[in-house]
Amino acid sequence: MTRDAALLLPSTEPVTLIDPDGNPVHVGQDMPDPQALVHAYAALISARRFNDQANALVRQGRLAVYPSSHGQEACQVACVQVLDPGDWLFPTYRDSAAIVARGVDPVQALTLLRGDWHSGYDPLTTRVAPQATPLATHLLHAVGVAHAARLRGEPTVVMAVCGDGATSEGDFHEALNFAAVFRTPVVFFIQNNEYAISVPLARQTAAPSLAHKGIGYGVPGARVDGNDVAALLSVLGAAVDRARAGEGPQLVEAHTYRVQPHTNADDPGRYRSADEVTPWLARDPITRVETYLRGRGLLDDEKIAGYGVSAEKLAENMRAGLGEDTVADYRDLFAHVYAEPTPQLREQQALVADELSREEAR
Amino acid sequence: MAAEKLTMANALNRALRDAMRADDTVLMFGEDVGPLGGVFRITDGLTAEFGEQRCFDTPLAESGILGMAIGMAMNGMRPVVEMQFDAFAYPAFEQLVSHAAKMRNRTRGRVGVPLVIRVPYAGGIGGVEHHCDSSEAYYAHTPGLHVVAPSDPADAYGLLRRAIESPDPVIFLEPKKLYFSRSEADLTLPVPPIGKAVVRRPGTDATLIAYGPAVPVALEAAEAAAQEGRSLQVVDLRSIVPFDDETVCAAVRSTGRAVVVAEAAGFASVSSEVVARVTERCFHSLHAPIRRVTGFDIPYPPPKLEHVHLPSVDRILDTVDDLQWEDA
Repeated sequence: MTRDAALLLPSTEPVTLIDPDGNPVHVGQDMPDPQALVHAYAALISARRFNDQANALVRQGRLAVYPSSHGQEACQVACVQVLDPGDWLFPTYRDSAAIVARGVDPVQALTLLRGDWHSGYDPLTTRVAPQATPLATHLLHAVGVAHAARLRGEPTVVMAVCGDGATSEGDFHEALNFAAVFRTPVVFFIQNNEYAISVPLARQTAAPSLAHKGIGYGVPGARVDGNDVAALLSVLGAAVDRARAGEGPQLVEAHTYRVQPHTNADDPGRYRSADEVTPWLARDPITRVETYLRGRGLLDDEKIAGYGVSAEKLAENMRAGLGEDTVADYRDLFAHVYAEPTPQLREQQALVADELSREEAR
Repeated sequence: MAAEKLTMANALNRALRDAMRADDTVLMFGEDVGPLGGVFRITDGLTAEFGEQRCFDTPLAESGILGMAIGMAMNGMRPVVEMQFDAFAYPAFEQLVSHAAKMRNRTRGRVGVPLVIRVPYAGGIGGVEHHCDSSEAYYAHTPGLHVVAPSDPADAYGLLRRAIESPDPVIFLEPKKLYFSRSEADLTLPVPPIGKAVVRRPGTDATLIAYGPAVPVALEAAEAAAQEGRSLQVVDLRSIVPFDDETVCAAVRSTGRAVVVAEAAGFASVSSEVVARVTERCFHSLHAPIRRVTGFDIPYPPPKLEHVHLPSVDRILDTVDDLQWEDA
């Protein structure tokens, strides 16, 4: 760790390695190896399909709500691809695509939004924390998980994801401060998509960038083009390496944009114009890496079709898994409040059982 | 080992030390708990014995302390954290209510967070504002938390050991005014589990129900009543959540009259819950409505006026006198 202020400050501009037209940008930073980029491309195709399918499932009434990461898929796949199997991911509600990229079953990943239960997957076996809907509170849990691992001498790194809005919450600051003081291996990854529901970034901060916030805690900040998966793999990968090497927490801000509404229940026409959105569509994270890889003979129609088939299979699994009608069991309401239900919870469960048996008898 | 004279502060320190010796996943952290040993010296000597990886000071931020503890508990540790004073625990409220209390439930039982939140608690020490709150109702109202309050050194030791062993988060309320009162205790004897109330003094005419700092006051009142020929039974709840309906109701049925004593403001409180529960279950055994002696519905008073607010022997005896005695 360093206290040299100059080394803690982020670059003036976000790091881009492949521009929106698919051309390499030379900024003195290494391009990820071709295999990593091809892997990321395949994951991008699946993540986009996942987002589109989840939106469709909301329209069909199969999901209660879906906060889409459409247009932010490069962030979703890169923050997972840089992790080792023993690392942890702490996602927010908008990071379902990252959770699936990490290997969680897509139906389990959508349990929360389907309304069957809260978290549908096993956080301990998947090393993915429950999706956080309160903002920034999970960043402190990430610090605790990382600190426990470090005390045991394990090489675990924790990827803790939040949005631009969450940087205004007190827990964001406490998490960075605790992580820095205890030199905890956490990569704080801000997906700055410019909006917290309707409120633009200008109302969250007057700082030069969100990555500049790191210097106040002694945490190095980095800025990266959030729609350039190559730059994300490079910057996040370096941050993970430094954290794993014992250099303490890292802060990475990805500049991206929420091209879709906050959720299907939102009406962006009330707070932003289509003119603002249009330029971002041209910066789509998939097309630029596709152009780049094609230009180098690393991707062709046949391969692209193959990735499309895999993505379609994912969508089929989602439709099949989420199309089934499930019955939620009321006993779950009482079973998991404590390791052992209290006498009062047993009484209350018996009361519900009695009510239900009377209903059946009627 | 034979009984020894010790304070609640000694007993709590011993419980932490013994728990940390028995299980190296037990950690202690918070504000000033390291080399200083805590502002009440409850963690005295722990950093020296176990090193600063196991008993350590944190930045001064209570949400951070609890949030980090939750993450550590998710990852194999059993953290014990100290909130320096009752009213200074409020910044951690969201972490407590939305995360510590709900993690097991959110994950359908897959992830428990075994942690203990020690809170030096309540008044009677002449503390200035924000140092004397009785905050138990906030905690007791939150499903997923256990809430306990010892009233003597032996129980402080036993309950803290059990709290640290619990698979669920426990709010451990330490009555500040009892920290340094000395009594006989044999720490080798087991205490009843969390969730059990105990009868501290037998009696036949009426039952005083109390917990934490109100228990010694209730015992004193029972002693004074005995001088006047009235036999008062005293029940110490020990555990607010889970609540021991069985012991409390059996005690009230045996006397037919009851008074609940608590320092906290009475409105929408643990004391009102006790009255409601006991009335629902024991109505036909009652000879008079259950009464309460509690703090008033005011912010905690300045030191010179706290005696007006706190339940006193006189208020308890006057209230007992009002329980519709047949000879009155």
